[in-house]
Amino acid sequence: MTLHHAQQTEFSPNIRLPDQPLLKVESLTKRYGLRIGCADVSFDLFPGEVLGIVGESGSGKSTLLSCLAGHLAPDEGRVIFDTASGPRDVREMTEPDRRRLLRSDWAYVHQNPRDGLRMGVSAGGNVGERLMAAGARHYGAIRDKAVDWLGRVEIAADRIDDRPSAFSGGMQQRLQIARNLVTGPRLVFMDEPTGGLDVSVQARLLDLLRGLVRDLGLSVIIVTHDLAVVRLLADRLMVMKGGRVVEQGLTDQVLDDPQHAYTQLLVSSVLQV
Amino acid sequence: MSALSQTVVRPVDPVAQPRHGAQDIARLAPDQKGIKREGAAEDHGKRGPGQEIVEAAHSGEYNFAYLDEQTKRMIRRAILKAVAVPGYQVPFASREMPMPYGWGTGGVQVTAACLVPEDVLKVIDQGADDTTNAVSIRKFFQRTAQVATTEATEKASVIQTRHRIPEAALTKDQILVYQVPIPEPLRFLEPRETETRKMHALEEYGLMHVKLYEDIARHGQIATSYAYPVKVEGRYVMDPSPIPKFDNPKLSDCPALQLFGAGREQRIYALPPFTKVQSLDFEDHPFTASKADHDCDLCGASDSYLDEVITDDQGGRMFVCSDTDFCRCRREAGHIGRLGGEA
Repeated sequence: MTLHHAQQTEFSPNIRLPDQPLLKVESLTKRYGLRIGCADVSFDLFPGEVLGIVGESGSGKSTLLSCLAGHLAPDEGRVIFDTASGPRDVREMTEPDRRRLLRSDWAYVHQNPRDGLRMGVSAGGNVGERLMAAGARHYGAIRDKAVDWLGRVEIAADRIDDRPSAFSGGMQQRLQIARNLVTGPRLVFMDEPTGGLDVSVQARLLDLLRGLVRDLGLSVIIVTHDLAVVRLLADRLMVMKGGRVVEQGLTDQVLDDPQHAYTQLLVSSVLQV
Repeated sequence: MSALSQTVVRPVDPVAQPRHGAQDIARLAPDQKGIKREGAAEDHGKRGPGQEIVEAAHSGEYNFAYLDEQTKRMIRRAILKAVAVPGYQVPFASREMPMPYGWGTGGVQVTAACLVPEDVLKVIDQGADDTTNAVSIRKFFQRTAQVATTEATEKASVIQTRHRIPEAALTKDQILVYQVPIPEPLRFLEPRETETRKMHALEEYGLMHVKLYEDIARHGQIATSYAYPVKVEGRYVMDPSPIPKFDNPKLSDCPALQLFGAGREQRIYALPPFTKVQSLDFEDHPFTASKADHDCDLCGASDSYLDEVITDDQGGRMFVCSDTDFCRCRREAGHIGRLGGEA
């Protein structure tokens, strides 16, 4: 199998293999002075796969996500993304290319919707921004697409001209998701998307996310400290501690049969109601 | 070495300047080979064009045009760069001027850097020659530069303006200097200066359309009626200063050199002559240059930008040309509007 693929790649590098990783991370390291942010993280993410990253506060999961998404510059390692023109190291891209990638193929859902939304701009404008950044110049078409996406994240169409500040926390988070997904990204980074929401709103948001991920075939990297969230959403799980990956595997496998002492502690710390 | 020729900054080859209006650009670098201001050096024999400046400085209380020569040199350097990169905001070390910010400190500095003793200066504020701002700045340069002043657009060689472009067509021998309060078109959309600079550098102007989108969503049309954003030569998005969008089409393909000075924000930008300037819009909501749907009540002009003037407490109002010189010329030529006889 491996040999077969290697040959194909050699002879026709432009043909996209179905199981070529979308994102390939190789020994990514970020230091803050002498302290480690994250160290020697490697993984492959395949199209349509949801990868959960869990760990306690300070375990380096947010640093890792920021490095992956290009918000922070890693000190070592490579982040290779399968762009339209073939796999490229994101770190070696020019800034215009990287920013174009950030607003076309990638999306980033912030924990606090205020960080990801323009609070002074209506919901429709928020959803339309990425479209206009990509060159859409037809008002009617932009608006139709905004209405469509508000519907998909269960926001009533008559709220399209309201500002996000008039929305509840859950609605703001759903609006942020719509705003990010409207250009059809292939890779979505999520940083604690359900943080700060009450449990029933969390449950609906997770439901929605799960539906969108399945329908659109998105690849997602989701950072959270909530094991229930990854249990519902993630196919694979990475457990981090002290900036290093201590365990990774299929979600159910890691949660039901944790091998590393820290993972065992993490799993047993969840309150059972 | 004359004072003015010392102000030449770098060997800009005026021939290499991509556009017309070389005469205007040349005054910024007056001792370049082959470029002379008409009648400057020859007429005065051995006296360089700077000779009068020295005399003016000795006779008056101020250096010619108020600013010291080093400051003018620094501003000219910024102007040359701005002309070379149309629409790009060039930072400059704005000086404190003897007037408050918001009263045209940027425009005054640009005018001071452009003025030569032979210039004829016109200053307008909202199109009018006789408003406080215009009168003050005109007096300021009368006193500090002893230049001739005029109210007639076609007689002026330098026109400093606030919020309007004159109705009369400008020529290649003129410089139009705009007073700019906020040069950054993205300012109220993106508060970080570092970010807006990056957006300009990378041509990320999607946000500008978000503003227009918001306008249509809220008002059913693009309600931005002044400081309407434009794209210069398909590259930089520029704030044309708070001119009404009625004036936007005049920005494009203008034979005159257009300079923009923002004193508080310390930015200078420029439109060289015959630059293509396009107002931003949507395919299904195209840009329209709008004005009050009336004729001028004094001169009857139907194609000039109008001010609405409230005349009494009973709802009486009249519409008059905001360009006072244009209106006066028309009335002198015998055109009479609805209330022209009484006024």
